[in-house]
Amino acid sequence: MKTFRLGGIHPEENKLAKKVVVENFPIPQQATVFLSQHLGAPATAIVQKGDKVKVGQLIGKAEAFICANVHSPVSGTVAKIEPVADFMGYKKPAIVIDVEGDEWDESIDTTPDLKEEITLTKQEIIDRMKACGIVGLGGACFPTHVKYMVPPDKKVDYIIVNAAECEPYITVDYRMMLERAEEVMVGIEAMLIASSAPQALIGVEANKPDAFTHLTEVAQKHPKIKVVKLKTKYPQGAEKQLINALVGRNVPNGKLPIEVGCIVNNIATTYAIYEAVQKNKPIIENFMTVSGKSVKEPRNFRVRIGTCINDILNTVGIPEDTGKIISGGPMMGKAMSNLNAYTVKGMSSLLIMNEKESTRGEVYECLRCGKCVHACPMGLEPYMLFAFADAQRLEDCEKYGIMNCIECGSCSFSCPANRPLIDMIRVGKNKTGAMIRARK
Amino acid sequence: MTPAIKIILLAALVIGAIGLIAAVILHFVSKAFKVIEDPRIDEVAEHLPGANCGGCGFAGCRALAEAIVKANSLEGRRCPAGGDMAAIANVMGLEAGESEPMVAVVRCNGTPENAPAKVNYDSLPSCQFASSVYAGASACPFGCLGCGDCVNACKFDAIHIDPTTKLPVVDEAKCVGCGACAKTCPRKVIELRYKGKLGRRVFVSCVNKEKGAVARKNCAAACIGCGKCAKACPFEAITVVDSVAYIDFTKCKSCRKCFAECPTGAIHAVNFPPKKEQAEQAAANATENIPSNENENK
Repeated sequence: MKTFRLGGIHPEENKLAKKVVVENFPIPQQATVFLSQHLGAPATAIVQKGDKVKVGQLIGKAEAFICANVHSPVSGTVAKIEPVADFMGYKKPAIVIDVEGDEWDESIDTTPDLKEEITLTKQEIIDRMKACGIVGLGGACFPTHVKYMVPPDKKVDYIIVNAAECEPYITVDYRMMLERAEEVMVGIEAMLIASSAPQALIGVEANKPDAFTHLTEVAQKHPKIKVVKLKTKYPQGAEKQLINALVGRNVPNGKLPIEVGCIVNNIATTYAIYEAVQKNKPIIENFMTVSGKSVKEPRNFRVRIGTCINDILNTVGIPEDTGKIISGGPMMGKAMSNLNAYTVKGMSSLLIMNEKESTRGEVYECLRCGKCVHACPMGLEPYMLFAFADAQRLEDCEKYGIMNCIECGSCSFSCPANRPLIDMIRVGKNKTGAMIRARK
Repeated sequence: MTPAIKIILLAALVIGAIGLIAAVILHFVSKAFKVIEDPRIDEVAEHLPGANCGGCGFAGCRALAEAIVKANSLEGRRCPAGGDMAAIANVMGLEAGESEPMVAVVRCNGTPENAPAKVNYDSLPSCQFASSVYAGASACPFGCLGCGDCVNACKFDAIHIDPTTKLPVVDEAKCVGCGACAKTCPRKVIELRYKGKLGRRVFVSCVNKEKGAVARKNCAAACIGCGKCAKACPFEAITVVDSVAYIDFTKCKSCRKCFAECPTGAIHAVNFPPKKEQAEQAAANATENIPSNENENK
């Protein structure tokens, strides 16, 4: 079985909501839609207070190059446009919509039938991705259409679909593979047309054998698509690691996957592309796992964007011994300080950690045991970067490759002295990045 | 002569000859490549503290000395950290001029009492990191995070986190006004202000730009931007921008009219002698109260 070459760790899987079918979460009374749900510049609001909007109607327009359109996830009246606190507590511009009924925009095909035949051309597909505000749903939320604007001197050899789902607890991608495999395949076909690539590879980790079997069966109808089983190891879902595991190529430092002829998309993104291309439906919903060891019934939801996080949590019930609630997985997610925040594109999990799990251990001095070096999938020396970042030796940080860090957290996970390696490296990376930018 | 003596003599002669030749070469090389350094640089550097804090804007004390000598002017080249500018002016044969001494001022009033914590932070004790993951324990996205980046930045041991208020406290006797703390603070809560006569100064201890009601929800002592202070000020030193008042320290005459007006206690007046009735009360409580170095007349 294939896997990536350097480092990696084996966290406890805890895929608690594995057997739970994805349910539709009720439409909220009021939806708060942030104008910046993606990497890059925020979108510009094109509606005003008092305007009537329908589900799927464009309400935030992308004006910069790296930016994505924002659509209304509900139908109703725009109540206000003002800064609202996100889950970290920082205010960001948002459109608040009072929900009335559930009336969809006429251009959207709302039938549930599978539509296999793709009638759009290459450019039309890319334009559709842009129009529908498709972003990378693996977590980074990078506008997808930008990925498909391949420079003329580059050629795409592989479309790589990330179905590794290497983060513990999260199960929405697994459910997607079991419940929506046909749609995903059509989405990949559209991606193949958009990129002119000859083939696509789907990487599935070995801890999901039923998903692998099901996908392989469905893929038989699609000769260009191959499903590959990967050895279970974190962070297999990271772009560079996945390319290394599947095609054995190494993305040079500081470069994008297109450099080695690959485009990587998450499986949730391929489904969003299917909906955009075949149904003209923009991203207005999220697939979300709500899980945790002390949660009575871990669930998988399909949630409208702009739903209050507190409402979702209350549906499953917040246990009494809750220590932290994390947006995203336990490895790369962020603990939330404000639960009265709203769902955004790419938010794939709400993880409720109990007091015991979430308490940090006592921090000791570095033992120089080298476990972090062994674990680092980028071949860095985290203990060294920690020391350099702590001492503000930014030139050394740069020399030792701090900018290559993918912030996967394998170093902190493996440290027997409980040192907050990744936290300090993030600080160092920010400062070093600022230093490099100032040089230009 | 025995052979041993011969060898010793020969060795001495050879080494001596090499030494002589090298000395002659060095003599001429040193003349040809002589670096002429203004002796005043050393003299100026002698009057600087030598802490290399960078508060002057140059890389270190010697860099400042070189800049002063090179430009032959003190304009914009002052040591904020206790360098003897009069002595330097003497060396250079220039006028020292006047400069108002500066001090770092912490403009946040988010004590646990005023701004109760809603969440706990247990990660890296670094304000920069904390600021990248959450808005703050009290949910005020503008206030002090209390992790002490400023403490680490200070080369003069002049700023410390008060364990009860969880806010940095500036030791006025030690602070030289180099501004290293102000530069490092990710929230820009610390500002350099005129030290004032007898250390007396008035400032708005809040930088929250949110609307009054929102700011007040997270912190009882937040500036709500009501503008009462600006109306009370006879010197037009106060401006209210983005729902937060700011007192221009170059215009402020420390009359304390604004201090009396402020409904939330966001305006602080420090180092003023207590008023009569308050003085009596203070005397009565003297046994209980331990005087703090920022004597707030509340």
